Amino acid sequence: MNNEPITHHPSPITGFYTLFYKEWLRFWKVKVQTVLAPVLTALLFLVVFSYSLRGHVEVFAGVDYASFLVPGLAMMSVLQNAFANGSSSLMQSKMTGNIVFVLLPPFSHEEFFAAYLLAAVGRGLVVGAGVLLATVWFVELRLEHPLWALAFALLGSGVMGALGVIAGIHSDKIDQLAAFQNFIILPLTFLSGVFYSLHALPPFWQGLSHLNPIFYMIDGFRYGFFGQSDVSPWVSLVIVSASFFALSLATLWLIRSGYKLRH
Amino acid sequence: MIPAIQVAQLSKRYGTVQALADIDLEVAQGEFFGLLGPNGAGKTTLIHILGGLALADRGSARVMGFDVAAEYRHARRALGVVPQELVFDPFFTVREALTFQSGYFGIRDNGDWIEEVMHHLDLADRAETNTRALSGGMKRRVLVAQALVHKPPVIVLDEPTAGVDVELRQALWQFIRRLNRDGHTIVLTTHYLEEAEALCNRIAMLKQGRVVALDTTQNLLHMHSGCYVELRLIPDRLPAALLPLVALRRDGGYRLALKNYNEVERLIAEVRAAGLEIQELEVMQPDLEEIFVQIMHRA
Repeated sequence: MNNEPITHHPSPITGFYTLFYKEWLRFWKVKVQTVLAPVLTALLFLVVFSYSLRGHVEVFAGVDYASFLVPGLAMMSVLQNAFANGSSSLMQSKMTGNIVFVLLPPFSHEEFFAAYLLAAVGRGLVVGAGVLLATVWFVELRLEHPLWALAFALLGSGVMGALGVIAGIHSDKIDQLAAFQNFIILPLTFLSGVFYSLHALPPFWQGLSHLNPIFYMIDGFRYGFFGQSDVSPWVSLVIVSASFFALSLATLWLIRSGYKLRH
Repeated sequence: MIPAIQVAQLSKRYGTVQALADIDLEVAQGEFFGLLGPNGAGKTTLIHILGGLALADRGSARVMGFDVAAEYRHARRALGVVPQELVFDPFFTVREALTFQSGYFGIRDNGDWIEEVMHHLDLADRAETNTRALSGGMKRRVLVAQALVHKPPVIVLDEPTAGVDVELRQALWQFIRRLNRDGHTIVLTTHYLEEAEALCNRIAMLKQGRVVALDTTQNLLHMHSGCYVELRLIPDRLPAALLPLVALRRDGGYRLALKNYNEVERLIAEVRAAGLEIQELEVMQPDLEEIFVQIMHRA
């Protein structure tokens, strides 16, 4: 038997990359469920809302309601799927016990977090791109500031990816994670201006919406398409970036402490 | 030489249960070491602390000289753990699972060694099979292979033969023995004490989080001065004077527990005096299981 020790120096990049690739492959192997299904859901939203609300909801000047809807739906899909990736992977691994495969290797806390985060961002962007590709045939869509759109897609999926890692670490059971999704993520995304412009709301609801960080992700992303937004994209960028860094630090702290991972 | 495993004053509590209470233990490099104890003795907790799956409340644990908390990356590279639970990732094939595990330890292009491990564990034919489709025994082999992909100098097997068939058990021990001969330190927990007796050079017995015995297997086997006698008589009737010695009544025979070998002569004399014929008599040393029961009873 070849029992020569493995001599080449172990590479941390290899460790991080392998965990990222494994997480990527994990959702890609079931892409009908993880990519096609959310794209179809977004299409159904587009059909139903664009026909039923066209002419009833005031949006940006010179922007058709269906066109207005598409970036919002794309961003909503990005955010929900970025959250779903890390959260479901970690929670399922904890439930089935195969979390030991990633806890026994010598990952640094940062590598561990970055691998789950990037896979979540990756899934979010793939689904978002899928929604845009599927809807662009039905609506007139312009992309005035692509870098703004990309920045908000990256930062938004980063925020939700980090939140997903926190939820996955915290949840021991499917219903705990479902509560996270149904009572926090879903209301925040639906009430973030995906289906309407903030200006169409009464002042009270406008004020309340400003407390919702997802509103800034949607609004900033939409600015990338139409060059118009409810608040300045710079304000949105600062708020979304601050949310990302705060959540990343919180997630890293949780991983470092071993909370619900290392007993 | 740096010990393969060094544990000092290690304590861990889960709620009201003291899983480990000031454990001190050292395993030398190249040893085949047994960690025995009843359920809840603290064996798995100790393994979890070594592998970083659990965090100690107090004390220190080192693997190949590296502290499992402060130098966890070095410590984990030196350690391969076969977990007790039959876990697997249902998304991946055997080859993918092993390639990923290798990559997690920072090793790329490890295909040759992965092939060799699969070959020795009789997994080569199942390399492209999804792990979810494997039998329990095959899943256990994959777990062993996953612990070995980075060629760790210290290998910990937490009840690796629980619920597996004889064939796999034999194949597994052959492979693990070979790894031990090649210099790997092996730490084994098992409830099959005949396995521990046959394989381990040294054994620690744990009870309620404490080490209650720690010695070479030979010394443990000799620590009991008494012996057992398997006896079959014609007719099948034991003299009254020998009845207090009965440890076990078997079909057509008795197992008697004697304080020392000198009592064998008295036993034969009693049988003859009763006019009975000895059909079969076998004097046996207590095996590890009997020693284990005695130690656990005493501790």
